[in-house]
Amino acid sequence: MTAAGEGIGPDGAPPARAAPEVAIEVENLCKSFSGRRVVDNLSMRVMRGQIYGFLGPNGSGKTTTIRMLCGLLTPDSGRGTCLGMDILTQARRIREHVGYMTQRFSLYQDLSVRENLEFVARVYGVPEPETAAAAALQRLGLEGRGKQLAGALSGGWKQRLALGACILPGPDLLLLDEPTAGVDPKARREFWAQIHDLAAEGLTVLVSTHYMDEAERCHEIAYIAYGKLLAQGTVASVIAAAGLATVVVEVAGEAGHEAGLHITRLARELSALDGVDMVAPFGTALHVSGRDPAALEAALARFRGDPRLVIRADAPTLEDVFIDLMSRSKDELR
Amino acid sequence: MRALAAAAGFLRRVGAMIVKEFIQLRRDRVTFATMIMIPLLQLILFGYAINTTPRHLPTAVFAHENTDASRAVLAALRNTAFFSFVKEAGSAEEAEHMIRSGEVLFFVEIPAGFERALRRGDQPQLLVAADATDPVGSANALAALAGVVSSALVRERFVDAAGEMPFEIVQHRRYNPAGTSQLNIVPGLLGTILTMTMLIYTALSVTRETERGTMESLLSMPIHPVEIMLGKIIPYVLVGIVQAVLILGAGMVLFGVPLEGSAAFLAAATLLFITVNLSVGYTFSTLAQNQLQAVQMSFMFFLPSILLSGFMFPFSGMPLWAQWIGEALPLTHYLRMVRGILLKGSGFSDLTVDAAALVALMFLAMGIAVARFRQTLD
Repeated sequence: MTAAGEGIGPDGAPPARAAPEVAIEVENLCKSFSGRRVVDNLSMRVMRGQIYGFLGPNGSGKTTTIRMLCGLLTPDSGRGTCLGMDILTQARRIREHVGYMTQRFSLYQDLSVRENLEFVARVYGVPEPETAAAAALQRLGLEGRGKQLAGALSGGWKQRLALGACILPGPDLLLLDEPTAGVDPKARREFWAQIHDLAAEGLTVLVSTHYMDEAERCHEIAYIAYGKLLAQGTVASVIAAAGLATVVVEVAGEAGHEAGLHITRLARELSALDGVDMVAPFGTALHVSGRDPAALEAALARFRGDPRLVIRADAPTLEDVFIDLMSRSKDELR
Repeated sequence: MRALAAAAGFLRRVGAMIVKEFIQLRRDRVTFATMIMIPLLQLILFGYAINTTPRHLPTAVFAHENTDASRAVLAALRNTAFFSFVKEAGSAEEAEHMIRSGEVLFFVEIPAGFERALRRGDQPQLLVAADATDPVGSANALAALAGVVSSALVRERFVDAAGEMPFEIVQHRRYNPAGTSQLNIVPGLLGTILTMTMLIYTALSVTRETERGTMESLLSMPIHPVEIMLGKIIPYVLVGIVQAVLILGAGMVLFGVPLEGSAAFLAAATLLFITVNLSVGYTFSTLAQNQLQAVQMSFMFFLPSILLSGFMFPFSGMPLWAQWIGEALPLTHYLRMVRGILLKGSGFSDLTVDAAALVALMFLAMGIAVARFRQTLD
């Protein structure tokens, strides 16, 4: 196993260890489907015990990357290891130590909750599968629902069961593909609490998501769009690296419909200016961002005198950064 | 030790699949019901409906004379219970019309001077015309005709018992089918029903997992394709055994099918045949993109199996190219075996070639299935 401790010292870092180990390390992964490049020269590294957020728009290659990590897809080129095992040659051994939670619920809908867990336990060779399944039911808070068919569970419970099935065999690495899609905020919060507990026990978690608030719960994030990894690091470092300047333009003294009209007009006016790369409305305020702080300042200069407007500098949000990264890479592709 | 541990792991994972498949099978009540109902319904429907010795077939008579001999002939025909005289025709044209319109299936014409010619030993002609559209039905009636009539005439002392046929029967039929009997059909049904049910159940098994998205999870688990295949096939072997017992039991009770040969050999042949069909179905399952395609493939296989195996039409009557196709179908070999064992008391030494062919087909299908099984989602 490669010892690699250099560099990355994320906030809320993984639990202190003598020698932080690498859980996932891939280099130049490529994958095409019928001539379309879905994953393009992707390299990344995830340390053991880390919660690693995988972000990107729909169709950006997140699922394809995760599937390559657990051997469900074979990369066209590139190399990599997962838990120290080669993803090209040792896929079968990797599967014994990885829990993969698919985007779509993929347990047996016509099996009961308990039967699903027992099946997983038997396939992975967990000793005393019935006992293990019963223990998992208890841990998941699903005791009363053991006999219910998995297909009859609500979205939140299905997600809870799927995660439970993933961790039942005691994996070292969890690959979670948009686990919280379509789940209510309370269930999401509980889910993330559980993820943090698991990471504290030493489990490595790679989780893909669309939600910015979830990205901020990760130790580290990677942003991927059009198959390319565009940014990687802690949330703070990704925001800082984007070099984006953001100001908030607020309409003062007006309310309701009037303010809304004003904001819409202003947004159109601003986004046409040189130096302004992004304008996003938030209630009666606009988030105005630009890659060049001086140019942004120049563009805003003539609005400074307007008494109805309050203009103040702000830090760009992760969302600002991602949308900017996406539009930039789109420009490059054109 | 390592080999032992590996074997234990193999058995454990296959066992997990088997338990899962059985639970799913039990939950799917419609499928479960059809597994029991298909064999019984088909056997009873086909067994009784495909009755190749039908009785009381409507028959018209056109007698040119009313003599002791003609009455004896008609009485003898009536006594066979094959024929039921429902019409009397006044002319040959009228009788011809009755057959064409479907009013009667047979038409018997006794020529003028029949008795006289008979006594003189002139071998008079007795014309029997049969409806060609129902060839199988008429076959047995026609076959029985000559013997019945001549023995009746002997009994009535019109002719001597010894010597050649005292008269000539002219049979008019455009189609001469093979004489299949019920005893022949029940073993055939055993083969066709097993082919159909076994094929379709496994043909759906892998595509169902792919369609429902559960295949992605299954593939990400440490389980080998061979283990998945065995885990999916073994439950249906048991289902097949239940079906075979049902069909054979009902065949023996309802139709009096004998078991001339060895029961153990029959069981072994049936088990082999079930496994072959399950392997073929599983192969389709790995080739099909969705469940509809899997069902279509099964029918593509099922139709030639019915038509070219010797179940519906006599194998020897087919052109050589069709016989070659037939030889490649498991049902052909199984039919020979099961008919031989049940009806003729054939043993292994008589059926070695067919048994070997079934074994070869099984390994071929399993080989393709394992090779074709997509271990990845590529």
